[in-house]
Amino acid sequence: MMEYAIDVNNLTKKFGNFTAVDNISFNVKRGEIFGFLGANGAGKTTAMRILCGLSFPTSGKGTVAGYDIATQSENIKKSIGYMSQKFSLYDDLKVWENIRLFAGIYGVPEKEIEPRTEELLKTLDFTSERNSLVSKLPLGWKQKLAFSVAIFHNPCIVFLDEPTGGVDPETRRQFWEMIYEASDRGITVFVTTHYMDEAEYCDRVSIMVDGKIEALDTPLNLKNKFRVNSMEEVFYLLARKATRNE
Amino acid sequence: MSAIEINNISKTYGTTTALDNISFNVKEGELFGLIGADGAGKTTLFRILTTLILADKGSASVNGFDVISQYKSIRNDVGYMPGRFSLYGDMTVKENLDFFASVFGTTLEQNRDLIEDIYCQIEPFNNRRSAKLSGGMKQKLALCCALIHKPSVLFLDEPTTGVDPVSRKEFWEMLHKLKKKGISILTSTPYMDEAGQCDRIAFIKQGKILTIDTPAGIIDSFGEPLFAVSANNMHTLLKAVREYPEVKNCYTFGEYHHFTVRDVKFKKAGFLSYLGSLGYENISINQITATVEDCYLKLSEL
Amino acid sequence: MKVFLAFVKKEFFHIFRDPRTLLILLGMPVVQIILFGFALSVEINNINVAIIAPERTETIRQITNKIAANRYFTVTGIYDSEDKPAELMRREKANVILRFNHDFNPFVRPVSETQMQIITNASNPNTAVQETMYLQSVINDYFREKQVSSVTPTISPVVRYLYNPGMQSAFNFVPGILGLLMIIICTMMTSVSIVREKETGTMEELLVSPVKPINIILAKMVPYFALSCVNLVTILLISRFVLNVPVSGSIFAIFGISLIYIILALALGMLISSIVKTQVAAMLISAMSLMLPVIILSGMIFPIESAPEFFRWLSCIIPARWYIAAMRKLMIEGLPITYVIKEIVILCGMAITLISISLLKFKNRLE
Repeated sequence: MMEYAIDVNNLTKKFGNFTAVDNISFNVKRGEIFGFLGANGAGKTTAMRILCGLSFPTSGKGTVAGYDIATQSENIKKSIGYMSQKFSLYDDLKVWENIRLFAGIYGVPEKEIEPRTEELLKTLDFTSERNSLVSKLPLGWKQKLAFSVAIFHNPCIVFLDEPTGGVDPETRRQFWEMIYEASDRGITVFVTTHYMDEAEYCDRVSIMVDGKIEALDTPLNLKNKFRVNSMEEVFYLLARKATRNE
Repeated sequence: MSAIEINNISKTYGTTTALDNISFNVKEGELFGLIGADGAGKTTLFRILTTLILADKGSASVNGFDVISQYKSIRNDVGYMPGRFSLYGDMTVKENLDFFASVFGTTLEQNRDLIEDIYCQIEPFNNRRSAKLSGGMKQKLALCCALIHKPSVLFLDEPTTGVDPVSRKEFWEMLHKLKKKGISILTSTPYMDEAGQCDRIAFIKQGKILTIDTPAGIIDSFGEPLFAVSANNMHTLLKAVREYPEVKNCYTFGEYHHFTVRDVKFKKAGFLSYLGSLGYENISINQITATVEDCYLKLSEL
Repeated sequence: MKVFLAFVKKEFFHIFRDPRTLLILLGMPVVQIILFGFALSVEINNINVAIIAPERTETIRQITNKIAANRYFTVTGIYDSEDKPAELMRREKANVILRFNHDFNPFVRPVSETQMQIITNASNPNTAVQETMYLQSVINDYFREKQVSSVTPTISPVVRYLYNPGMQSAFNFVPGILGLLMIIICTMMTSVSIVREKETGTMEELLVSPVKPINIILAKMVPYFALSCVNLVTILLISRFVLNVPVSGSIFAIFGISLIYIILALALGMLISSIVKTQVAAMLISAMSLMLPVIILSGMIFPIESAPEFFRWLSCIIPARWYIAAMRKLMIEGLPITYVIKEIVILCGMAITLISISLLKFKNRLE
């Protein structure tokens, strides 16, 4: 079994003259909660798209879940879960229909879907909402459900793109407890966020500035290194240097 | 006279109650923060105050003008920045500004002094189409457009959502400058750390106001000891702390877990040895002052 | 006024910065006119006639020559028996068979079915009827020249196609295309562009400003009004100089009635924009509830007279029907404006109604 869930070397992505991702190298251990931070436009989304097999790098190599990002993107897609703030669930489908749909898409065996859906609804305390349309759920519930759906097929890695934007502090905490559980189950969590307190919840964080990874360590080490008291200040020190505004 | 007066406003959409009997005032020159999650009713309240929709019940006024009968006067002297990016993506920065200036019958040059600080940051991109700007830049442009007619009251609906911490910080610096120029500001945000920047804040949840006070006043009203704990394994620590009988509530909070206790006579030593017996190392326990976020969590549990 | 101009300028920015839409808006009329004018023409050319004549008399030879000389017909040959022509028709090498009986002599006895027979392939009845009519008229011409008609009163009536002697379909389609395009450009594009501002949230910002909301909407209409005028001129020019449609009526009247129709279409777009919330909905309503009825019920392609009664009534509320009717009278028949008073009154009435409804429905707020 491979040691790293994600292993990336000298990854670069150019759009014309513009280098969105500039020669980044890093790895994420299995079961780790990895925070992928950066200012708007630093290149996070582009990098994440490459890792999810949605886009090819201009140069550089990498593996995700042991599969090559350049040649085995179909295998990658089968072994990851993905959840973004913008698109996560179908609003016009019921709760159980969404679970069923995504379970089917990710190839969960037919027999397992039914019992595991029940189990999931029970753990989320959603049993009474199984027939509700997703559009009727409060945002926090949607996000929790979306996360559960993203890891329903027990992926090797789950990518979370600003999963808690706009969510209230309570639900944000419940959400992070779910992330902890997933991580304890051995699922690698790759998460982007603008909440710096959430950066503290990560095992390691990277901070991207202008397409490059400027810092990568545990939150504690980063704070010590920059001699500040919070991740907020670390981020501010690094991201302030950004020159590009794309 | 208050800049904004809200009296018993209610609004429902079908069976959902967006606003439930809301009342508060924003004083002239005040920077007032409406703190709450998505779906708490913030946008609905903004739309009622900016005369875009009508409330089911209650009354409200802006600068003394009634939101229903005198809506035209309100539209003349308020600035409004809606939640999402609401500028013309296919027009350049300059074209957007010029357009919004002429909408208010003025020009960019006439009001340049007010927006100078913000505008100078986006001026280099004058000829770039606004859809191609970064999140922080778009937000600055939107603020310029909302300010271009020297409004006396500024409504900002979640101006910093989805914006990175650096841009957020800059944005709040701009708001403080605007406040100094005498503009009353009502802003909303889901970020608790921004609450401290406001003169007064209101917590809003599911259409109801939980509390209204100055940030310091809210923190003072926390009213019980609060502790921060950390140890080598933070994931399992959460459960361990919750299982300790004297602990009332425990939740994650950045690099620490915060917890409250059932009895003020809580002894740190006993708790420390409990955690030690479970095998935790590098344990640190400190009594701390609550933050605005702790207060929100406490109030929203009620 | 300055504010209004700023809005109009902004609308032109939107249009000109979306080159694809602009290309469609300006290119569509040209493509449609040419498609309908040439490719989809319903007139019949190259009709192959097989002639069966047991005896080759001088009369039969003259008739054959007369047919062969006509530009619509090609004579595949004169045959003694039915076998060969029947084979040709099965293979679609012959469209019509003209058969003379062995004792054919129109100068002695009246021409009747027993003497002369026209057989057509009626798998497409419309074509069959037209082919027969063409052929009859050619034969009648011949008899008239020989002054046989006086002795042969039983022959079919003389048909004259007024205004469009060659039965050219382009004539028919030009007003139809105008009627359709105005709906697409004015109604669909204005409603979509108004609703887009609602969707992106810019409408919120504009409403919270001293600008009168109605001005926002009116400013939206100006560019589409201008585009429609450009298209009107383009179509008339192409019709006149490429398709040789005689724009015979008064240009003043043609433009006048087109302007009424454009304003009506704009009002319809405004009405749609006030009832829908998304661009997709605006598009679908314009396309499904306006374009289809315009194509089917306006008389553009299918004659209204042959529609079931219900649809004839329904067609009365379709503005395009009246516009197209009026344009046919003005453009092709070249009638003076007094002949289209009824259509003008109906269109004006519809325009005033639509404008009033959309003004009533118009909201100064978001909901």
